[in-house]
Amino acid sequence: MNLHLKVWRQKNPATKGALVSYEARNIPEDCSFLEMLDLVNEDLLSRGEEPIAFDHDCREGICGMCSLTINGIPHGPSETTTCQLYMRKFKDGQTIYIEPFRASAFPLLRDLAVNRSAFDRIQQAGGFISAHVGAAPDGNAILVPKTDADHAMEAAACIGCGACAAACPNASAMLFVGAKVTHLAALPQGQPERERRVLAMVRRMDAEGFGNCSNYLECEAVCPAEISTTVIGQLNRDYAHALAKESL
Amino acid sequence: MNLLTKLWRSSIGKKWLVAFTGLALLGFVLAHLLGNLQMFSGAEKINAYAEFLKANEKPLWLARIGLIVCFVTHIVATLSLVRMNRAARPDAYALKRSVQAKISTRSMALSGLTVLCFVVFHLAHYTLRLTDSRFKVEAEGGLLKSAHDVYNMVIMGFQNPLISSFYILSVGLLSLHLSHGISSVFQTLGLETKRSSIWMPKAAALIALLLFAGYASIPAAVLSGLLK
Repeated sequence: MNLHLKVWRQKNPATKGALVSYEARNIPEDCSFLEMLDLVNEDLLSRGEEPIAFDHDCREGICGMCSLTINGIPHGPSETTTCQLYMRKFKDGQTIYIEPFRASAFPLLRDLAVNRSAFDRIQQAGGFISAHVGAAPDGNAILVPKTDADHAMEAAACIGCGACAAACPNASAMLFVGAKVTHLAALPQGQPERERRVLAMVRRMDAEGFGNCSNYLECEAVCPAEISTTVIGQLNRDYAHALAKESL
Repeated sequence: MNLLTKLWRSSIGKKWLVAFTGLALLGFVLAHLLGNLQMFSGAEKINAYAEFLKANEKPLWLARIGLIVCFVTHIVATLSLVRMNRAARPDAYALKRSVQAKISTRSMALSGLTVLCFVVFHLAHYTLRLTDSRFKVEAEGGLLKSAHDVYNMVIMGFQNPLISSFYILSVGLLSLHLSHGISSVFQTLGLETKRSSIWMPKAAALIALLLFAGYASIPAAVLSGLLK
């Protein structure tokens, strides 16, 4: 299949970027979106042009490294990561806009690659449990009801790709932070640091310059891990509780 | 640092201020509608209600001050959040598609600003009575039988199709604003559950629709000649 691409090209954070048109010719229907970009880059290299920079790693849909806003939707038209998006989702001759994830907290590095370290810093602020290292504990030393484990797992499915913030008209990271907070709040191991965690993570989130939730619900629509916005409700609830306890 | 400062300094805290003040304003919108619907019970009833409100000056002003504080806080906190949100996405997408955001959510700024303009006009029109020279007692050259002759004032006001249309448009946009606002309040205050996230938007839309029907019924009844 042949495609008309409009790709965001930007040499570095300091220069101005622009959409540049490329023709992608003879693209197999069964190749992934990233493989299509690989083919385009091969073509660019053979012509002595600079290839398009984009993020990718596992290409299995689990690492959260691939990004791209495709035709106005982060990760494109299917509810997966970009690496799991196949060209058969597109029509022959279609025009495809390819832009980076846009948020001030995700500064652009080059072309389509952005720096998503802000998410790492939010995690480092409190998205963990402090436990003594050593031998692995007995499997059932701490009993967790199945429903709680399932609830925690649903939230833990977040791969931290940043599509939520990229899709949100406010560039809010509250689905991501909500998922991390909900994951540990559902488990007994997360209880001792529950309040400190939510306060620290929300403050880091604000400091990183993300927006805040206006309940557009765009985040859950594009989330490749299908995280529900109920985690944002949990985040609001836990933050209310922790802030009240800290202040009163 | 007290709780209010902490609320103001955090994004979620500011959203609570918007949510709580929104709830208070919703309470007013409901109470005001119940008062207004007395138009259908005849002139005596609603005029007596107006007289009753005016006779209790202290509680009336307490409520008014409360409303003004809520109204101003609602707007100021929202503007502050909007500023943060704009700053969070300085470079716009060349192409951005919305997947599932509702029209009521996407038009919050438009509906909110229209309601703000409407509130200013509505206060000048019926509360301060600045825009219509007929809204004075007969002794002062107006057409009202007494200072509390709200019934005739409303009839005269809404007989103007332009004013009625603006009123209906504004309460329509207010309802749109509330259909998003009511369901958002529960999410923002952390009261939403998986189950309520399904029925809450529907319940909010129904409440908003009923409010619209209630408010719009009065100018519609005046224009159609049902109330005269």
